[in-house]
Amino acid sequence: MADTYVRMERVSKRFGDSVAVNNVSLDIHKGEIFCLLGGSGCGKTTLLRMLAGFEQPTSGAIYIDGQDLAGIPPYERPVNMMFQSYALFPHMSVHANVSFGLEQEGLARAEIRRRVAEILDIVKLGEYAQRKPHQLSGGQRQRVALARSLVKRPKLLLLDEPLGALDRKLREHTQFELISIQERLGVTCVVVTHDQEEAMTLATRVGVMNRGEIVQVGTPREIYEFPSTRFVADFIGSVNLFAGRLTEDEPDHVRVSCGELPAPVFIDHGMSAPPAADCWVAIRPEKIDLTRTAPAQTDNWAHGVIINIAYLGDMSVYLVRLAGGREVRITQTNRTRKPEEQFKWDESVYLSWDASSPVVGVG
Amino acid sequence: MSTRAPRWGRALVGAVPLGWLLLFFMVPFIIVFGISFSQAQLSIPPYAPLWEWVEGQVLALRLHFANYAFLFTDALYISSYLYSLKVAAVSTVLCLLLGYPMAYGMARAAPATRSLLLMLVILPFWTSFLLRVYAWIGLLKNNGVINNVLMSLGVIHHPIVMMQTDFAVYIGIVYSYLPFMILPLYSNLEKHERTLLEAAADLGARPWKAFVRITLPLSRPGIIAGALLVFIPAVGEYVIPSLLGRTDQLMIGRVLSDEFFENRDWPVASAVAIAMLLLLVVPIVIFQRYQSRTLVHR
Amino acid sequence: MIARRSIFVPAMLACGFAFLYVPILSMIVYSFNNSRLVTVWDSAHSPTLKWYALLMQNEQIMGAALLSIKVATLNACISVVLGTLAGLVLARFGRFRGRTLLGAMTAAPLVMPEIITGLSMLMLFVAMERLIGWPAGRGITTITIAHVTFSMAYVTVIIQSRLANFDDSLEEAAMDLGARPVTVFRRITLPLIMPAVVSGWLLAFTLSWDDVVISQFVAGPSSTTLPMVIFSKVRLGVSPDINALATIMVLIVATGVVVSALWLRRLERRRWREMQMAVE
Repeated sequence: MADTYVRMERVSKRFGDSVAVNNVSLDIHKGEIFCLLGGSGCGKTTLLRMLAGFEQPTSGAIYIDGQDLAGIPPYERPVNMMFQSYALFPHMSVHANVSFGLEQEGLARAEIRRRVAEILDIVKLGEYAQRKPHQLSGGQRQRVALARSLVKRPKLLLLDEPLGALDRKLREHTQFELISIQERLGVTCVVVTHDQEEAMTLATRVGVMNRGEIVQVGTPREIYEFPSTRFVADFIGSVNLFAGRLTEDEPDHVRVSCGELPAPVFIDHGMSAPPAADCWVAIRPEKIDLTRTAPAQTDNWAHGVIINIAYLGDMSVYLVRLAGGREVRITQTNRTRKPEEQFKWDESVYLSWDASSPVVGVG
Repeated sequence: MSTRAPRWGRALVGAVPLGWLLLFFMVPFIIVFGISFSQAQLSIPPYAPLWEWVEGQVLALRLHFANYAFLFTDALYISSYLYSLKVAAVSTVLCLLLGYPMAYGMARAAPATRSLLLMLVILPFWTSFLLRVYAWIGLLKNNGVINNVLMSLGVIHHPIVMMQTDFAVYIGIVYSYLPFMILPLYSNLEKHERTLLEAAADLGARPWKAFVRITLPLSRPGIIAGALLVFIPAVGEYVIPSLLGRTDQLMIGRVLSDEFFENRDWPVASAVAIAMLLLLVVPIVIFQRYQSRTLVHR
Repeated sequence: MIARRSIFVPAMLACGFAFLYVPILSMIVYSFNNSRLVTVWDSAHSPTLKWYALLMQNEQIMGAALLSIKVATLNACISVVLGTLAGLVLARFGRFRGRTLLGAMTAAPLVMPEIITGLSMLMLFVAMERLIGWPAGRGITTITIAHVTFSMAYVTVIIQSRLANFDDSLEEAAMDLGARPVTVFRRITLPLIMPAVVSGWLLAFTLSWDDVVISQFVAGPSSTTLPMVIFSKVRLGVSPDINALATIMVLIVATGVVVSALWLRRLERRRWREMQMAVE
């Protein structure tokens, strides 16, 4: 069992009448990258700032490596933050920016120089040491900000929307760089982001937040494949949600009847719910097969007409209107170029999926 | 209105203010420069012409450098120049020491408070400068408010002499020019990113350290602008030293005025003015450079 | 923000504002003092309004005040026109011959000691009178010209910085729709920078209203401005009717500043909002 390095116990933060963070308890393991994922206003930034020391919790406690952080100002915490705007000191060179934090620790000049050179090497900015921030590109500035916080070897590194300001290609590249640097140095990280792709790529574990509360914690796979609530299912990726009622509830399977689907949905594992309860079923677009001929199974299928195709190069997104008017989203990789295998607009198709694919839940 | 306007239209728009300033700002300096080489005489105007026609066809130029030599040799002028520079410098430093914390406090205040404070700083500036200096006479006199209060409280038994001293002039200048120090400082400090100080704290710098290494260097342009806006005009100050200042040691503005009005010696007064201008030309140029940079760089 | 707040900065703010306002307040208080000595409170006969009454009957002061108002108004109107033109040129016209010169000449008056400006302008007027006969003698004309020359520099700075904050895609849109540059200025730019123009007018008015040194040089025997009258009086010492005058002026200015600040802020906010919505 990974050891808990950062513990938040029933942390709440109020600003006047509004509650930004509501009774959050979270354990973060040593050496992992933990992502707080949520839309704007969900409280993730406030939580981050409490870790950094810029806000004090209204109630609850935060411990890092066993040390209670209550009342400790930011400049005395073993925590460092990489700001969303990078907050590089405009009047200092790259070297001076990075060495600033070490100077506050009172290290010897030679030692500071050595460590700065080392970290600049790791982020591949060695040649830019004498440049000023305004002479650097966005990606380079981000690396300076990262180097500046990493050089102090903090127990906890906080990243506030680290990839938000970068363009797409740079973002992908930087994501992997970040991970490799983190693995190399073994720093425990908490990342705050509203971008799911960022969370999924970077995170060892994700905590989904909504309205000041943690809704689900798990690995990216767990969050995506087994969302515990409707909110999480809808928030992560795109999903087809159907309302339905439980018709069979057995330890090893569940059958749900959905008004919008012609056949019942059969799921091959059990769930805990009251009998004949109202529930929701979530099926991911990539888990649905499109065929021209009717599938053999009696459950888990539907039939409709393709009303929209979005060609994205590596895959295509199909919008299919079912008999009752409901529109379902399906994605398929464009595996072949054979013309007879391409679906066309207004084509009549069958949808089918495996019994292990749907996720069902109540509430 | 940009590069698409017709050329002659743009030229006209630019020419009007340029023309005015050339005629009424530049040309006067040239004239003063010329007169500084002339000699005082009883005539209207009271100076000798610089050139005259000799034998109908030759133009003879008469330049008296004596006025400038006079400036260098007479102790009165040298001491006045040095004294003016000293007073202006000390006042500028005092103004900075008072104005910086005020500007800093204003920049950090909540937006609503900020505009109130700004208005409170600007309000005295709109009231007559002359009357506000006059107010200090009432405060600093031997039987003025300050002395009266201190004596009635028993703190002192004889009035402290504050009028006609260096101290009074410092107070007068700081008082009158404080808004000029505060405004550029405030406008600079207000633009500082809040996150920079947070980043400094995050990296281990205590508040004072962060101020010295982050805020202070970044506010340097504001400090320079404010200092120049106080120092340069203070060197040539006339009203404040006349009302509050010493009678045994005059500032150069008073000297110039005396030369002009009392002695009716226009050429010497002109020479004094040109010498003052030369003294100040470096700070003035620095100020102009700073102005053009800040107003274009948005 | 970081939680710890020291007492130093607020204390300095308080001291600074006290420093700024105590002299003004003391001046006001002693304007009601019956004693001629101004600062020696005559509690038997104070407070009194007699100095205010005396002030109103003082023809010299009233005449000078009227003259100052005339000159200041004239100055403000002309300065605003010239200053707006100069600000427009410097903010919008890019590079052109004479730009640095214009920039320098609109920055220098901001710091130039008045004693130098005053002297040089008088020399100019004397030379011009000898050469072309105008301006004949010193009076309102010369005072106004001198005031305009240094006031327009202040107006230029205000307009220039306002235009720097201005989104010029609005002007470009107007031109795209067929408006010629003059129309663009008249119907788009000018209305949107109006608060700055008004501030400039007020500033120019105050600078002229307040000016002693330059007026002393360029005023004539029959044209004495109010500051000149006040200055010659206070050189001789304190005078209670000056306190009364000061109080009146402070009250007028305070009301004016507060009212115009509120009004300008509302105007500015409305314009800014309109501009933002237009550009989004």
